[in-house]
This record gives sequence, structure tokens and C-alpha cells, in this order.
Amino acid sequence: MTALVTRGLSKRYGDVNVVDGLDLSIERGELYGFLGPNGAGKTTTIRMALGLIRPSGGEVELLGEPVFDGGASAALARTGAMIEEPAFYRFLSGRRNLEAFARAGGDGDDVRRRLARIDEVLGLVGLSEAATKRVKAYSQGMRQRLGIALALLGEPEILVLDEPTNGLDPAGMREIRRLLRRLADGGTTVFVSSHLLAEVEAMCDRVGVLSRGRLVAEGTPGALRGISVQVRVEVDDVAKALEVLAAIEGVEASAEGGVVRVRLGGGASAARVNAGLVSAGVAVSALVPERASLEDVFLSLVEDDGVQG
Amino acid sequence: MVFRVEWAKALRRWRTYLIAAALGGIPVLIVIAVKLSPPDATASGDAPPFLLQIVRNGLFAPLTGLAVIQPFFLPLAAGLFAGDAIAGEAQGGTLRYLLVRPVRRSRLVLAKYAAAMTLLAILLLWVVACGLFWGGIVFGLRPLPTLSGTTLSVAQACLRILGAAAYIFLGVSGIAAIGLFVSSLTDSGPGATVATVILGIASEILDQIPSLHVIHPYLPTHGWLAFSDLFRFPVEWGGMRGGLVVSAAYTAIFLVAALLAFSRKDVVA
Repeated sequence: MTALVTRGLSKRYGDVNVVDGLDLSIERGELYGFLGPNGAGKTTTIRMALGLIRPSGGEVELLGEPVFDGGASAALARTGAMIEEPAFYRFLSGRRNLEAFARAGGDGDDVRRRLARIDEVLGLVGLSEAATKRVKAYSQGMRQRLGIALALLGEPEILVLDEPTNGLDPAGMREIRRLLRRLADGGTTVFVSSHLLAEVEAMCDRVGVLSRGRLVAEGTPGALRGISVQVRVEVDDVAKALEVLAAIEGVEASAEGGVVRVRLGGGASAARVNAGLVSAGVAVSALVPERASLEDVFLSLVEDDGVQG
Repeated sequence: MVFRVEWAKALRRWRTYLIAAALGGIPVLIVIAVKLSPPDATASGDAPPFLLQIVRNGLFAPLTGLAVIQPFFLPLAAGLFAGDAIAGEAQGGTLRYLLVRPVRRSRLVLAKYAAAMTLLAILLLWVVACGLFWGGIVFGLRPLPTLSGTTLSVAQACLRILGAAAYIFLGVSGIAAIGLFVSSLTDSGPGATVATVILGIASEILDQIPSLHVIHPYLPTHGWLAFSDLFRFPVEWGGMRGGLVVSAAYTAIFLVAALLAFSRKDVVA
């Protein structure tokens, strides 16, 4: 069963398509990384998924309920969210803020359940001691933690987090990544946006890359890296090798010194390259895969798209 | 319930106590000023009649207090409570977290209005209580002469003063609804507050311009002063009835407008 689905989701402001025909399908229990540079449309997508912004086209389903036309109150009650930065009543303490949001909606049982969980979620994010301080006095990192605590308060089936590690130090980032991984392993669906590659690469089951409102790539971090694997080939006859490789589909070859660098795209594989060269009589003395970092892939996807768009 | 949360928030906010201290201080100031330099009832033509009477009767303190806060402080309070209600949450970013809690948009608008009106009612009662207390201590409470020359017992007079507070409360409901509508349109809390105060005061100013008499009956503040008719014998209901109809109309129109505007709004703050 899917936790979050968008079909042809679009948002247009004037002439600009902030989100442009987005199709997403997030499975239950999946930790999905929503990656894209700032301004790619991540936050707008999240706001539409949570019913804050009305789409110009397409539809959203959250936990099986349509978000618009009928409203997704029941689904939202089972969703934990952080949208852009966390926001609180500055004159209330961290604990009183959680109490206020617990009491603001839902029925009696739901409110009691949330109130009873306050200590637990404050402990989870490491804010037990600062709980009685006014949020006014919190550092950005503490606010971020309180935002995550609020998102966890209702024991959500799906967490939608917009750049959750913003403002945290490296140790804090790691802590939050581990927490999200643990939640996902426990069956919670986690949809997390980020402009930091290392972050999603380290923890996500699947990554979608958003650029200019469109999904330009999607897959496991490993598969995405494989989108553009580079192979270093050492041969006896560079000129002939280039000639042979030019005929193989999905291959881009270039010579650098005595070495041929081959970029594999589409369905081409290193084995194909080897077989092609050998059968054409080129002796291959070494064939070394040089995996591009996901960052290279990401930048190339986003940049290519930028040139076209 | 958003209403309950509003209440908890108001109680932990300095703003609430500052406004209470400022408005509760007004009848106190009146009492002190009159005590220190009693107006000469026989000679002076400048002092308002209420102030002339106060020397002899503490019952005039709550009444004068209400009359003094109505033209400016009351629209200001309406701006702070209703004007800031949604825009302030938008500005602070908490609006999006309330909506995904989830709180239905229509429910949020109505709860915010109910919370603002409750705070306004408490403020008015507070002004009456402060006036009665300090007026009673300094000048004593005596039967009250009406504007028609008859006399009301202290208990009857207190009842009429509460009636006046209730009328003033219903009168400001229209301005509060306008404030809530403005609040649903913008993401700036102070902007919505100021806009509400300005609209209220603009209405009072337009009401004073004789050449605009055609529109006077339709201004939200036109009937505000009719509460003084409660202190005639017999009570004249005509002015207050008109004022209540206008207030009810403004309240209904702008509450519906706020509900419609907010239900369609893209929440990007």
C-alpha cells in the first residue's frame, strides 16, 4: 500500500511552473529522499501534499485519502510534518508548545494520547532538560529538534520532513539520520527533503531528484549512482578503441593520455565494452570502474536540466 | 480545541496583562484626577457631565471608564485580538502547523473569533470592575440620577452599567469581524492590527462629518454611543436597536468573508 501518491501534480504561479507534472509514489515503510537544489519545488510539493496549497493541476493522496476535495483530516492526524523551518509560540516553553499543538485539534482520545507522549518525544530528540525553557531562548538546533519532536508527537504513520537537519551540527545531523532510519525500520514511512546529497545518500532507501519542478531521476542511491558510471580502460591501440566504442550504443568515450575514459549511460555495461573491444582485436589490459559520486550525478542531472529549461 | 489553546496562550503572554493593566488603569486615573481637582459643578461648562457627577457618586467611574475606552482603546484591543488572530499565526509560522494538526480552516476562523470576543468581553468587565471598586472606595456608591431626572437604585444602576458594557461589547463585534477578515488575507500580524484600528477610527471620523450624513447609519461605529440611552427614563431602545442591527450585519458579512477567503487561501507562510 502506498503512503503518498502524487499524479501529475502541478503548481503554477503566473508563468512559472514551480511544480510541473510530478508523479511520486512512496511505499509504506520506505525512507524516501526528496532531493533538489533550493528553489526546485520541494517545499511547494510538501505543502500541496499536506493540503496547505491548492495544486493548479493533478492530485495528491495521503495514506489513501485524497488531500483536496473532501479533505484528509484523518490522514493528516496520522501524519507528522515539518514544513520549512519549525515554528513555535516563542513565549511558551518547549513543553507548553507541544501541549498547545496536542490540544489544538483532534478528539479527546487523540489529545490524551499526544499529551502522554510529550516526555517520550522530548527524550527522543534530546530536549528533556530544555523542555521548560521558553522557545525564545532556544538555539536554531534546539528549535529544529523540537520541530522533529512535534512531528513525532502523534505516532505518525508517515513523517513528512522538510530539510530536518537544517541548523544542526554534524553530530546532531547524524543523530537525526539514525533516528529516521530507526523509525523507517520500525515501519514508519519517512519522506524527507534535502538539498544535501550526502544526507539522503547515507540514509534513504530511495531517492527522487527534483529539478525545476520535475522529477529528473529516481531510484536507490546505488542505482542513481549507476546512471553514469565511468570506466577507465587501458588498451594497446587507443585510436582503434575509440572507433569501436563509438559504435556501441550508450557509450561515450574519450582518450586521456594512453587511457580511454568511457561513460556508460542507458543500458551499456562494462562487460559490453570489454567484449566489443576484444572481439574487434583490441587488447584490454585493464578495465576499472570509476564510480561517479552521487554528487556528480546529481549535479549533472540538475545542470543538464537547467540548460534545457 | 483551538479556543482552549488560545486561552492558555493569552494567559502566558505579557501582552494580555499589559492591556489589562492599561485599560484597568483608566477608571483609576479618572478617579484620581477627579479626587485631586474636583470639577466645580456650578461654574464649569467644559467638563463632561459624567465627570461632574463623579464627585458625588463612584458609580460614574465605571461608566466614564467605558465611555473613555470605547472610541480608541476598544478598536485597538479588537485589532490586537482579532486583527492579529490569523495573520500573527501566519507570520510566526505556527499557522501551517495548526492546519496540519489538522484543524479545519473554518473551525480555526470561528475559534479565533470566539477567543477574540471572549477577551474583549473580559476586558470590558474588567474596566467595569476596576471602576466600581475604585469609584466605590473613593467616592462611595449612591443612587444614580438618570439623564431624564429620575433616580436608579445602586443595584439597578449596576445592572444598567453591565447592560451598557454588553451593548459596547456587541457594538465592537463588527469591527472584530472586519479585523478577522483582514487577518485572513495577510501574513503580517502588526499590519492586520493597524489596519483594523484604522478602519475603526476612520468609521468614527466619517461619522462626524455632517456632509456624509447619508452613509452615517451604515457605519460600524455609528450606534456606539447609544448606550447612554440606558440611563434615561424610560429607556430609549431605538438607537441601540439600530446599532445592534448594523453590528450584526457587519459581523455576519465579514465572518462569512473571512471563512470564504481563508478556506481558499494558499498557506505559504
